Amino acid sequence: MTTTTAPSRAPSAAPPLRRMHLAAHFPGVNNTTVWTDARAASQIDFASFEHLARTAERGRFDFFFLAEGLRLREHKGRIHDLDVMGRPEAITVLSALAAVTDRLGLAATVSATFNEPYELARRLASLDHLSGGRAAWNVVTTSDAFTGENFRRGGFLDRADRYVRAAEFVATTRALWDSWPTGGTARPVAHQGPHFSVRGEFTLPRSPQGHPVIIQAGDSAEGRDFAAATADVVFTRHSTLEAGQEFYADVKARLAVHGRDADSLKIMPGVTFVLGDTAADAQERAATIRRQQVSPQNALVALEQVWGVDLSAYDPDGPLPDFDPDPDSQLAQGRVRIGDPKAVADRWRALSEAKGLSIRETVIETTGRQSFVGTPAAVAEEMAAFVAGRAADGFILIPHLTPDGLDGFVDRVVPLLQERGVLRTEYEGATLRSHLGLPEPVRPAGKG
Amino acid sequence: MPASPCALRPLHLAFALDGPARRARRGPQAYDPEHYVRLARLAERGTLDFVTLGDSFARPGPDALAVLARVAPATGRVGLVPAVTTTHTEPFHVSTAVNTLDWVSRGRAGWTVEVSRSRAEARLFGRRDAAPADALWREAGEVADVAARLWDSWEDDAEIRDAATGRFVDRDKLHHVDFRGSSFSVRGPAITPRPPQGRPVVVVDASARAAREVAAAHADVALVRAEDPATAGDARADLRERTRALGRDPDRLRVLVSLPVELYCSGDAVGLADLIGDWHADGVSDGFHLRPADPERDLARLVDGTVPVLQHRCLLRRFYPGATLREHLGLPRPANRYAAARKVAP
Repeated sequence: MTTTTAPSRAPSAAPPLRRMHLAAHFPGVNNTTVWTDARAASQIDFASFEHLARTAERGRFDFFFLAEGLRLREHKGRIHDLDVMGRPEAITVLSALAAVTDRLGLAATVSATFNEPYELARRLASLDHLSGGRAAWNVVTTSDAFTGENFRRGGFLDRADRYVRAAEFVATTRALWDSWPTGGTARPVAHQGPHFSVRGEFTLPRSPQGHPVIIQAGDSAEGRDFAAATADVVFTRHSTLEAGQEFYADVKARLAVHGRDADSLKIMPGVTFVLGDTAADAQERAATIRRQQVSPQNALVALEQVWGVDLSAYDPDGPLPDFDPDPDSQLAQGRVRIGDPKAVADRWRALSEAKGLSIRETVIETTGRQSFVGTPAAVAEEMAAFVAGRAADGFILIPHLTPDGLDGFVDRVVPLLQERGVLRTEYEGATLRSHLGLPEPVRPAGKG
Repeated sequence: MPASPCALRPLHLAFALDGPARRARRGPQAYDPEHYVRLARLAERGTLDFVTLGDSFARPGPDALAVLARVAPATGRVGLVPAVTTTHTEPFHVSTAVNTLDWVSRGRAGWTVEVSRSRAEARLFGRRDAAPADALWREAGEVADVAARLWDSWEDDAEIRDAATGRFVDRDKLHHVDFRGSSFSVRGPAITPRPPQGRPVVVVDASARAAREVAAAHADVALVRAEDPATAGDARADLRERTRALGRDPDRLRVLVSLPVELYCSGDAVGLADLIGDWHADGVSDGFHLRPADPERDLARLVDGTVPVLQHRCLLRRFYPGATLREHLGLPRPANRYAAARKVAP
């Protein structure tokens, strides 16, 4: 999905204006983030977080988003050394960012697998109070024993159990958030379930926005159901307009079962972007960035992740291996496993043969290509078309540079979106829920 | 230290932002970040070494580390030392959060190691029963140990950004810690690079017997609750002796007397300066940690009344000589244990 001029793909009838929600993802610890560029600065200094958050607030974004990693990735039994790595703890950084921003939502990714509901509910409620109602929690689950080696519980879960435990975790968290009505006194919570036992009083009054906003990432069927039952925002993978529309309709349709209306859940794909003065300029920049993202060394690592064996003797500018992948390999740790390595390998080899591509060119062609590439006007138009066409309610933008990767977007695309009337020019409310147009959660009867 | 023309032993001052535990933080200001920012800025005006903020799952109030992270960008010099408990939390998370506080404060973080002893706290987690203080402090010592190992698990120059070889880090300078404690294990390395201070300042209230060995083994600052100079002096001597016995340099441990204060009038503030001056002259402490009855009132009196008297008497510096909490305390940035081991190895 890299089209720059796509009027034919926009819906034909002029739809009513739909405002979009925007979020800024701090560049991650993977090869999407380019560190070889001269402008790439620290991934860990607070100044980098402050710059990106202030830029997002200048662009009237809904929220700022931090991912989580609980174990450094390993490859061939050694720490993976080619990508940006090292990041701070999200809730602590966001608590500090609350001091240098006024309206921007502050979203932390935190594992429901390696935390306890009482403690995490308290940390999130603290962030919500300290930021005047701007906190969000991206609920993720982890199923690998590799990450568990850093934790007391050591615990890891069957895939099937992950969402069951996450659902109980979130329900317990909400019971705690609801247990102390504003202006009242704390009431004891007594939760006893298969995964958690929590009895006692919470240490904070109800948060300024009722509950912190719940974000859920994951495109699987279980993930969609979990989102429909539980989440305020879905962070999904980006895809074509048509696939986005299909996902959007599917997830929104699941809401009714839970008595929720379609606007109570926002669907926000994570997207990348490249701007240029002309369409050709943007394409050229995009190609340059892809080569920065996929260094010769990174191309071989990507290949090894599919094949599951040491391929360090291969020439990244040469042809792909002619043998099949090892299906049982444990070569890469701390990454999502590739579903069917043989199928991926066949696809890559077919592409390489058809177009005469080297290993590196094949990896560049098949992995992580940018979502929106074009002039600011073209990107604004395409983003607006996605929202108008109900393929998304907004976007989580993932810049490729720390910390000023969002500057160009806010300087050049945001004014165009505002001119079109699809992006706010000022914040209307103070809380993240108000930015997202979400109702304050209703406290169950009998709780205060 | 050029800050003092008087060439006296430096006097370190710290202030507790929370009132007494019995006066539970239930007022709306307990959840208002501006309340803490005001107090921390005032402490900074008085060139105090650091402020502390207590924490417990058993009484109302926000997460102390989050509060001081919120305070960090609104202050520039004062050290920020939240209590973080080790009984029901993940050691890996404790290490990462304290490390991150050091990054967001640009080298001003500390951590008061605390344990959760009550059954009420245990029931909030439902994972383990309440345990005796000795066992909890033994575990707290292990958590302090693994936290420091994780801070060291990235050598300072691990990040190389070498475009020629495509390597962002030199992985020989990242280390698995492979820590096995009595109740947990951690593989490592940390996910966060080594913090600006190398290791944030570890504070232990060593008043209770069960905590004293942990202070001797792991603390940069030990707090001692004492009502008279003789008791304070004995506690300091005991801590220094234990530290020496563990092979640590006792001059790398600051022992602060933790005193309750109640400053009703400016006369009280001058009286406190007299007391501090007398105790300090006796050599029974390296400074004081003041626990107010009323944080706003008592800190204002301390900064406007006590501090100028101490400065006039050449007992207290007039400005911060450095930027980090370690620098305020006169403590060197610790060498990295893994870097040292790697240099020794062939």
